[in-house]
Amino acid sequence: MSTPYAKLPAWADYGLIPLINLSVAFIVAGFVVMLVGENPFRAAVILVEGAFGKGTGIAFTLFYATTFIFTGLSVAVAAHCSLFNIGTEGQAYIGGLGIALVCLSFDSVLPWWVIFPIAIVAAAVFGALWGFIPAYLQAKRGSHIVITTIMFNFIAASVMVYLLVGPLKPAGSQAPQTRNFLAGAELPKLNWIIELFGAKIRSAPLNICFLLALVMAFLVWLLIWRTKLGYEMRTYGHSPKAARYAGISETRIILTAMMISGALAGMMALNPVMGDQHNVAIDFVSGAGYVGIAVALMGRLHPVGIVLAAILFGMLYQGGAELAFEMPAISRDMIVIIQGLVILFAGALEHMFRPYIQAVFASFSPKAVGIEAVKGKGA
Amino acid sequence: MDSFNAIVQVLDSTIRLSVPLLLACLAGLYSERAGIFDIGLEGKMLVGAFAGAAAASVFHSGFIGLGMAILISVAFAMVHGFASITHRGNQIVSGVAINFVAAGSTIILGQAWFQQGGRTPALQPDERFEAIVWPGADVLRGVPILGPIYSELISGHSILVYFAFAMVPFTWWVLFRTRFGLRMRAVGENPAAVDTAGISVAWLRYRALICTGVLTGVAGAYLSMVQNGGFVKDMTAGKGYIALAALIFAKWKPVNAMFACLLFGFLDALSIRLQGTPLPVIGKVPVQFMQALPYVLTVILLAGFIGKAIPPRAGGVPYVKER
Repeated sequence: MSTPYAKLPAWADYGLIPLINLSVAFIVAGFVVMLVGENPFRAAVILVEGAFGKGTGIAFTLFYATTFIFTGLSVAVAAHCSLFNIGTEGQAYIGGLGIALVCLSFDSVLPWWVIFPIAIVAAAVFGALWGFIPAYLQAKRGSHIVITTIMFNFIAASVMVYLLVGPLKPAGSQAPQTRNFLAGAELPKLNWIIELFGAKIRSAPLNICFLLALVMAFLVWLLIWRTKLGYEMRTYGHSPKAARYAGISETRIILTAMMISGALAGMMALNPVMGDQHNVAIDFVSGAGYVGIAVALMGRLHPVGIVLAAILFGMLYQGGAELAFEMPAISRDMIVIIQGLVILFAGALEHMFRPYIQAVFASFSPKAVGIEAVKGKGA
Repeated sequence: MDSFNAIVQVLDSTIRLSVPLLLACLAGLYSERAGIFDIGLEGKMLVGAFAGAAAASVFHSGFIGLGMAILISVAFAMVHGFASITHRGNQIVSGVAINFVAAGSTIILGQAWFQQGGRTPALQPDERFEAIVWPGADVLRGVPILGPIYSELISGHSILVYFAFAMVPFTWWVLFRTRFGLRMRAVGENPAAVDTAGISVAWLRYRALICTGVLTGVAGAYLSMVQNGGFVKDMTAGKGYIALAALIFAKWKPVNAMFACLLFGFLDALSIRLQGTPLPVIGKVPVQFMQALPYVLTVILLAGFIGKAIPPRAGGVPYVKER
């Protein structure tokens, strides 16, 4: 995509503009809080205290962040290839199916450190397969990936509901979920790390998946910026024509990118399923796939940014729960609004403030923005 | 006779269930024909449904409710336009954002204003759009075959149902017989040509989005004020996406859109009717299969196995005037 905008210094591009966009999103969210009749500043204080005030809060924040790192990376990998994967939600859901099959088969015979790697592979494979079909259809039959992945989210939901009220439900149970896993499929908690710093923790679900998520963030960075495949993906993302001219196979690159994206989405399911719930229930993903879109956009598709954005959203989730407790008028759905506003201002309206910032920069030092800035100002 | 009555009943609920799809589908048709992808149909319907039910119960008038639904829905469409036309943002990202803002704000505001767990108060009969009984419907009910068809299928719907079906020929007329329609189609295929002719691409696209907003507003009002006597959270439940699927299925043509929506509505009606009853040849079909069928059909169509769906050429691409 060609940007009709002149260049800015890197720190403004990657620091200032996202920060401004984010602030605007939160200011608008503040207005919604006012509309509800509460004080937005008090709400913000409660939110931050709830997320970081106590050890338990921090652990919960990081637990949610783990989930969002996976989904954010998933969206970002596809986005580098200019594929908009809205199907993260469905891929994670189906990834949960893979985990369920592994855990239900082996949890009575194997210890967690054997089951965990098998479950990682199963989750990744199931997620990747669910990403493969839309990718194949896009590459070979030209159907739009956004529409197909949305359709696949609904199909995934139907498949999982069918399985969870039917074949996977233990006999005699009413709840639409699998039986609880045995100790073999429970992942060790990481709460001791926070306790090292002297904070006390009452049962929080932070588990080893957090480390896995960080490893994956590093691997994604390696993939995108340090491998041939990543280079090809970015090339295709910038200009499919140039990629074709350079001899990069369109089919191969779309399929690989979407399968990696699907695999990362599938691995997200490890965190809630094996780390917290110890079963697979209906709608256990509960929108985390969509949060991934916000996280990826806010993190500007870079793993470091994604980890930070994921922690921010983890904070919103955990702090939001506390907020709902303190201010009954503001339920957890406030986060959905904030999420939407972040996607709007950091995603769709990404360039809204750019011309103004450019003008400010140009007035200080015309050199910093280059001569093009004068032309680009009207943009 | 029993099976005939059953068929009439299924067809009757087919009409009721396809109306919101049809309105949303035609809404999408306006914006996509003008070259603006709109994933945000779902969200606009949702805010329309909420605004309609909320205003109707506060002002005790169905028409004020409908007006409010349209107003708020158009406002959201304008946000989409501001992001994707004026600021040339990614149209899909903007649509996704609108869906989230709609999903969250309807619940939060609903809870804050009415304290009923995100619902609006149940609407009284005079705050809703009641069924219109056509002349002679009661007299003719006894007549075999034609009687039930006239009195059940044709008569006895709310005004919004007739509006939705009237919008089909109207949209066709606008699209293919008016200057605005011609320009709108042109701007979706080749905006540069429209620009060369001295017509504002942005203003045309904004007008198309206003049409979208009006129709999604009516669709939302239908959901909360006709089908259901009040707003319930997340009541659109993916209908915006099915409408989008129907639009592709219809290859962006109004009359096809009606048939696609009737087909999807029929599948929905059938799955409700068949819940738990086994079919003669296939045996018991899981409800989930019927629910997934519209999505599966769309995927198959998109893959080019049932004819090829070719979207407007400039769809999804922000227009940059050459300098």
